[in-house]
Amino acid sequence: MSEGLAGTWPLVRLALRRDRFLLTAWILGFAVMAGVSASATVGLYPDEAQRVQAAELVNATSALVALYGPIYDPTSLGALSLFKLTAFGAAIVALLMVFVVVRHTRAEEESGRLELLGSVALGRVAPLAAALIVAFGGSLVLGLASAVALIAAGLAVQGSFAFGMGWAFTGIAFAALAGVCAQVTTGARAARGLALIAIAGSYGLRAVGDIASGGPNWLSWLSPIGWMQQVRAYAGDRWWVLLLPTAMAMVCVPLAVVLRNRRDLDAGLLQDRPGPAAGTIDSVFGLAWRLQRNVLLAWSLGFAAFGFLLGSISDSVTGFLDSPQAAEYLQKLGGAEALNDAFLAAEVSIAGVIVAGFGIEAATRMRSEESGGHTELLLSTPVSRARWASSHMLIALLGVAWIMAVTGLAIGLGATLATGDGGRITSMLAAAFARVPAAWVLTALVMLIFGWLPRAVAVIWGVFALAVVIGEFGPLWDAPQWLMDMSPFVHSPGLPSPDASFGAVLPLILVSVGLLTAGFVGWQRRDLHA
Amino acid sequence: MASVIEMQGVVKRFGSTVALDGLDLEVEAGEVHSFLGPNGAGKTTTLRILLGLLSVDAGTTSLLGGDPWADAVDLHKKIAYVPGEVSLWPQLSGGEVIDLLGRLRGGLDAQRRDRYIEMFELDPRKKSRTYSKGNRQKVALISALASDVPLLLLDEPTAGLDPLMEARFRDCVHEFRGNGGTVLLSSHILSEAEALSDRVTIIRNGRAMESGTLAQLRHLARTKVTASVSSASIEFADIPGIHALSVDDHTVTCEVDEDGMAPLLARLSDAGVYSLTSAQPTLEEVFLRHYKSEDPAHV
Repeated sequence: MSEGLAGTWPLVRLALRRDRFLLTAWILGFAVMAGVSASATVGLYPDEAQRVQAAELVNATSALVALYGPIYDPTSLGALSLFKLTAFGAAIVALLMVFVVVRHTRAEEESGRLELLGSVALGRVAPLAAALIVAFGGSLVLGLASAVALIAAGLAVQGSFAFGMGWAFTGIAFAALAGVCAQVTTGARAARGLALIAIAGSYGLRAVGDIASGGPNWLSWLSPIGWMQQVRAYAGDRWWVLLLPTAMAMVCVPLAVVLRNRRDLDAGLLQDRPGPAAGTIDSVFGLAWRLQRNVLLAWSLGFAAFGFLLGSISDSVTGFLDSPQAAEYLQKLGGAEALNDAFLAAEVSIAGVIVAGFGIEAATRMRSEESGGHTELLLSTPVSRARWASSHMLIALLGVAWIMAVTGLAIGLGATLATGDGGRITSMLAAAFARVPAAWVLTALVMLIFGWLPRAVAVIWGVFALAVVIGEFGPLWDAPQWLMDMSPFVHSPGLPSPDASFGAVLPLILVSVGLLTAGFVGWQRRDLHA
Repeated sequence: MASVIEMQGVVKRFGSTVALDGLDLEVEAGEVHSFLGPNGAGKTTTLRILLGLLSVDAGTTSLLGGDPWADAVDLHKKIAYVPGEVSLWPQLSGGEVIDLLGRLRGGLDAQRRDRYIEMFELDPRKKSRTYSKGNRQKVALISALASDVPLLLLDEPTAGLDPLMEARFRDCVHEFRGNGGTVLLSSHILSEAEALSDRVTIIRNGRAMESGTLAQLRHLARTKVTASVSSASIEFADIPGIHALSVDDHTVTCEVDEDGMAPLLARLSDAGVYSLTSAQPTLEEVFLRHYKSEDPAHV
């Protein structure tokens, strides 16, 4: 065993060096996000009566409970401040740690760099151990930094640590799971995909458990993200719940080690099946489709399930609005009125933001194809740069519209089954399409960066994160209007609310077209970069 | 013969580094032309310029009568390229990649495809991620050879192949040329260039140092002479074009330029030569001479 670990520390240092900006930025980002949310709420609800009212409103709103989880102690300032960040934030922490672990294990192996390292004195398990040490350490630092930020914002010390550790242990549990996923598949993309499915599944499981009053509440206990909620930070601080993610890590880590020891370098538990001896792909579009279709399928299935779940509970939003404060708080949550439509609008908006992530991911594929040397090979054949880039952009842009259509249809279908009102399907489809132009703007922005500053394409994820944070938390933080206006998502028509305005649709589309055109101009002119 | 490739004074900079510094290159139709140079000399940059993947900062380039940047798509119908570092889509099988590239080039001859697959002993059903470097190279080579194009651009095409496959690769290149095709291949392996090429261009620091047939290049190098003589009292040092001379009792060794050969033989004859060996310079020596020119011993 100790032999298998030889060289772990140099690898840890290497990983920390490679990730020093990424990890620092994310950790700071989480701490700031938590701190700002807490201090904004402190200002918003100075007295307990108002807090109780707002919390009870949240708890009575199934759509909100499904999205973010319930507030376990309505009198608690901390629980109210952070209800949007508890499960949602934990899922993002999990996402980050999955990326860190896969990046330093399977991705390295796939690129062949581990082979280079494997020839020096390096234990077989060392890369896995190093990745886990970095992810575990990163999770703990993230949790502590967030706790400090929360205390600084004026929340209770013990609760703040419980919250921070809740995030940290969610990160640790999913990092360990990612360690297993990295042994199972032969490709980094597939390993990340497996872990992402686990995160999405956990989120969905707790959503169903949380809204099932009197029903299968225990489902939430099967979800590692549900455990974060069950810690009940600021509402009892149940430290013992942290034993659950610890146990999960203690199962996953040895499992990953056993799997690693039993397999060869480059092999996985899921072996590659032989492919066809002759191919049928005969165009760059066909190739782009082949490369992206599985991702598109996974997104479609995920959003179909997500949409159906949200649609079927939308009806249970109760008319709880009997005070101006509650109305105000609801408004801060992103909805215009306490109507079903407003909640559906909020849900579709969130879907639109997340689906922009698909557009970005699909469009940034151009850059990884270029830096991986694939583009060079394709452009050496009679394929024009414009045709190559447009095949990827077409999949990204149409993919966004397709997933939104699936989402709208699923929400509408769920709502129809719950209410018997068939009109919901068309209205939700329209609502879903209304969010497409904003997602296109970010997708098209990838083309602009790719055309002019290809090495900076990853910056788009920072832009995306900012847009998400502004959209989700801007109203809560009382962010200035000009800052809010920077995000394309705030301009989408608020369908299915009847007072939705369509004024921004054409400008959003025009901006997308402008970004695409400018990007293509740059791409036609520039050199290929490895 | 007509030129298939003509580059004159081509300059390419990447930021402050100068990759090509006034490169001249001429490849004639129907020849196998080797482009020799150490790592970082600018070989791959040159090929990428010819493919229209990189723009040039100065100089003129003509490829099959067109401009490689502006007419890229049309020109690529007549070109097949094998990069030095072949990276394939991990989830596609070798056969799928061969067919994809061939179809993009306008279709490939199924019979030739199968023959080359057999010849290079490639399993086309395996996923690309499981291929070794050599096998990835074979995929690109097979697809290039089975496409119906008049010009092959090959960047260090044998770097990952084993000796047996390298020999088969040479046969393929000869066959391709025999059918009227033109080949430009970059290499730092001199034996490969010697075995394959009609003409060679030696590149260094982004400039062509020397270009010509192997015979012409050999002329530029010195012949190594070792002679046993009965009298060592004869003076050799004043012969023009003589280098690295050493004379002890009965043995004279030196390197001599073309012009110095006749006077050297006359003197050796005077000295009563009774044994003489002379070694033709290999391409390697031509090459080393260019790359060591800062080394005073070789000036």
